[in-house]
Amino acid sequence: LDAATIEALKKSILAEVRAGLTQDIVRDIIGTLSSKFLGETPAASDVETPATEAVEVKPSAAERLSKVTSFKIRKETADTPLWEVKLGATKAEGGTRTVTHKIGGASAMPFHFWEGAMPNRPLVAMEVYDLVSAKYPAVLRNIYGSLLNNPAEMAKVLVDKYGADVISVRLEGTHPEKGNRSVEDSVKLIKQVLSAVGVPLIITGHSHFDKNNEVLKAVAQACAGENLLLNWVEQDNYRTIAGAAMAYGHTLVAQSPIDVNIGKQLNILLTNMDLKKEQIVMDPMTGAIGYGIEYTYSVMERIRQTALGGDKLLCAPMIVSPGQECIKIKEYKATEKDFPLWGDLAKRAAAWELNTAINLLYAGADVMIMYNPEAAMAAKRTIRKLMAN
Amino acid sequence: MAKLTGLQIQKLLPKTNCKECGSNTCLAFAMKLAAQKAELLECPYASDDAKQILGAASEPPVKKIQIGTGKTFSLGDETVLYRHEKTFVNQTALAIHINDTDAVADIEKTLQAIKAYELDRVGELLSVDAVCITCKSGNTATFAALCKKAHEITGRPLVINSTDVAQLTAAAEAVKGSRSILASAAPETADVLVKVASDNGHALAVTAPDLDALTALTAKIKAGGFNDLILQYQTHSLSELFQTNSIARRAALKDSYKPLGYPTLHIVLESDRLDESVVAANEISKYGGVCVLPSFDPAQLVPLMSLRQNIYTDPQKPIQVEPKLYEIGEPTKDSPVFVTTNFSLTYFIVSGEIENSGLNAWLVIPECEGMSVLTAWAAGKFSGAAIAKFCKSIDLDNRVATREIVIPGYVAQISGELQECMPGWKVVVGTQEASDMESWVKVTYPQHLK
Ligand code: B12
Ligand code: SF4
Repeated sequence: LDAATIEALKKSILAEVRAGLTQDIVRDIIGTLSSKFLGETPAASDVETPATEAVEVKPSAAERLSKVTSFKIRKETADTPLWEVKLGATKAEGGTRTVTHKIGGASAMPFHFWEGAMPNRPLVAMEVYDLVSAKYPAVLRNIYGSLLNNPAEMAKVLVDKYGADVISVRLEGTHPEKGNRSVEDSVKLIKQVLSAVGVPLIITGHSHFDKNNEVLKAVAQACAGENLLLNWVEQDNYRTIAGAAMAYGHTLVAQSPIDVNIGKQLNILLTNMDLKKEQIVMDPMTGAIGYGIEYTYSVMERIRQTALGGDKLLCAPMIVSPGQECIKIKEYKATEKDFPLWGDLAKRAAAWELNTAINLLYAGADVMIMYNPEAAMAAKRTIRKLMAN
Repeated sequence: MAKLTGLQIQKLLPKTNCKECGSNTCLAFAMKLAAQKAELLECPYASDDAKQILGAASEPPVKKIQIGTGKTFSLGDETVLYRHEKTFVNQTALAIHINDTDAVADIEKTLQAIKAYELDRVGELLSVDAVCITCKSGNTATFAALCKKAHEITGRPLVINSTDVAQLTAAAEAVKGSRSILASAAPETADVLVKVASDNGHALAVTAPDLDALTALTAKIKAGGFNDLILQYQTHSLSELFQTNSIARRAALKDSYKPLGYPTLHIVLESDRLDESVVAANEISKYGGVCVLPSFDPAQLVPLMSLRQNIYTDPQKPIQVEPKLYEIGEPTKDSPVFVTTNFSLTYFIVSGEIENSGLNAWLVIPECEGMSVLTAWAAGKFSGAAIAKFCKSIDLDNRVATREIVIPGYVAQISGELQECMPGWKVVVGTQEASDMESWVKVTYPQHLK
């Protein structure tokens, strides 16, 4: 090899290393610090400009689209925007959160910036568990390892390392048939998670009405003023939890089985109890890709369109659970060895959960509870890109 | 243009009532035209004026374009913005990208993989729709040769990608008649490339720096008589891509704005596999025509193809299978009996898992209006009584000697009722998830394993 070739080689290697490094650094920043860049700190809630954005000098979508003159861009904006729901409460507000969020408030379909506003970006929540079911997929066990048995520690990692905006604590273990953990244990766990992280919490229960109500009520009471998101109430079981939300200053998730009318009916029942609209987030019920997502997708688009069309009782922000739905399915568990046509399991699982989330994001999801950290981070990058109008 | 009524159309016809079109009167024929149940061609006496006026009025808001010859797919022809209004008809085509500078062995491998890849999902065979070849070498001969090879090996239409007229021309000729997509013509190169596309039977993707320039270009090309166009937006961000897709489709559908009434092409350039799949999900969810993925990876393709399948199904009517007694493998009179609903997804998952578990078995599929297990149960279509009634109607008692029926774990609550309604039978509650069936079968029916 002559000197010139060696020099050229050196140069190209250096350039490659540099490019790689910048990418790594950028990823690192996004990964470890995204909560700080993207979370609205209460002191400066309007700070924009995530660090990586500064690199881009391209004209914005708004700038380019506003210059179109060849045809008139049709605009459809709502008279009444969606209502806003605040998650978490700071010390000054009666809680202990260092970061709080607002969701909702949009006056057009998601990311339709040419015709309306979307004042609050959708959030990526991640979840910790009081009980890890035997069916919890290996893909995630490999990633989280022993953290799974240490919910408070895991919550901290989800926030610090993966940028979770919100933490959901799933109290499945209090179900009478799944361990029947006590109310006291649950309260203690929630307190631990509250002190481990500064972001708002979602408290996710289960379908055993009696026990669920008992647990959520006790948690609501013990954490009065924290503005927790109590997940969930449904048409046949809403009074106790709605009462607790009102009494102790929390918000709640109103779940309906992929049905616009039941969704609206439940909002009516709740507001009749004097719960404020601003305390309600709707859960349209999630189906994963390949397992009913099209129903969720369309019912969400219908809910959002009906709301923007003037139905004031449907103007709620929406929450979906891509993580919980995806981990049930075979595509999240079957190995490439058994299903060669399905490709690498770890990659497939992340892509499955991510695409489920992205599709629902376009239909109007304001909070997405995700399990796969790679998917969660990619979802957050996507939200940032879509919001950077 | 707005749709014409039967009476308006009648005014354009000869009014001779000669019946050659098969209708008794010109008016009757006009009514059929208005209802899109006939085509103007069926009247041999229609004037040129009539053809032009009716042609413009019946033009779909988004041009339908068929791509490919052997393995074909269609683009465009959509009529709604939201799938709950009406079914989306022509699904986003997924293509795989290859640079003509990639290593020969890699290219060969990718082409063979694309050719071979075929996935059966809920009774539908999913495969890669097209191959996109990009000229990076700058060498016209290399590029054209690879295009020819890619088409020959895979049998798929191509997205022939270059900005250079000579390169595009050579490649277009090399795969003449394959009905591929030339990508793409810019305002400066459009005149020549329209001719190249038209001479060689290809569709033409057109691109321009912004929407104003793009719409001027499509209007001009169409006025010149070529209309097999595909829009390739030049956008600088995901936000702009999403908004442009949405704005353009809405202009085409709601304002009948013809210069944007075409399907689209998007070549994904992201460099992270998850970011790539987000862009593809964007295209699938929001009006994308052809979407080119950077590489062939089933782990990425399967979720995207499944999402696409879901988004493009009929929103009113779930895909269902015929209610009857199904044979899994080669069951004998003593083989185990399972029951589930006639929702296609449920049926294919469950039948696949039973087969997978190594059993020969019977699968009872009652009429459940295409609903999943819990949905059907909640709707009262999958009750013990309903299942028992169906079993009777197919004469199950005499068709099998087995007297055990396995029900889905999620409806364990119906076991008592079913038991009562099926005297002589024992109801067994299976697993909740079908994917847990294999291990369950090993324990429960070891004697029946193949
Ligand atoms: C999509 C969906 C719908 C769609 C219908 C889709 C369809 N074609 O069925 C729509 C929107 C129409 C709908 C409507 C309703 N739905 Co619905 N729906 C769902 C959703 C989100 C997914 C269902 C699905 O497609 N699953 C995928 C299929 C493949 O699952 P599956 O059939 O159960 O099969 C699996 C297992 O059961 C097992 N399996 C199946 N067969 C067998 C057989 C054997 C032997 C074994 C071992 C295993 C096995 O294998 C499969 C994979 O593991 C679920 C919630 C959820 N996330 O699961 C709610 C859900 C099923 N719906 C529910 C309800 C209440 C309703 C409604 C009554 C609501 C209403 N009042 O409008 C209606 C009823 C329909 C009607 N009256 O017309 C409830 C049922 C509650 C309950 N526990 O009974 C659910 C669970 C949601 C909830 N938590 O509230 N729904
Ligand atoms: S063929 Fe033409 S002219 Fe004759 S009846 Fe039909 S529409 Fe009238």
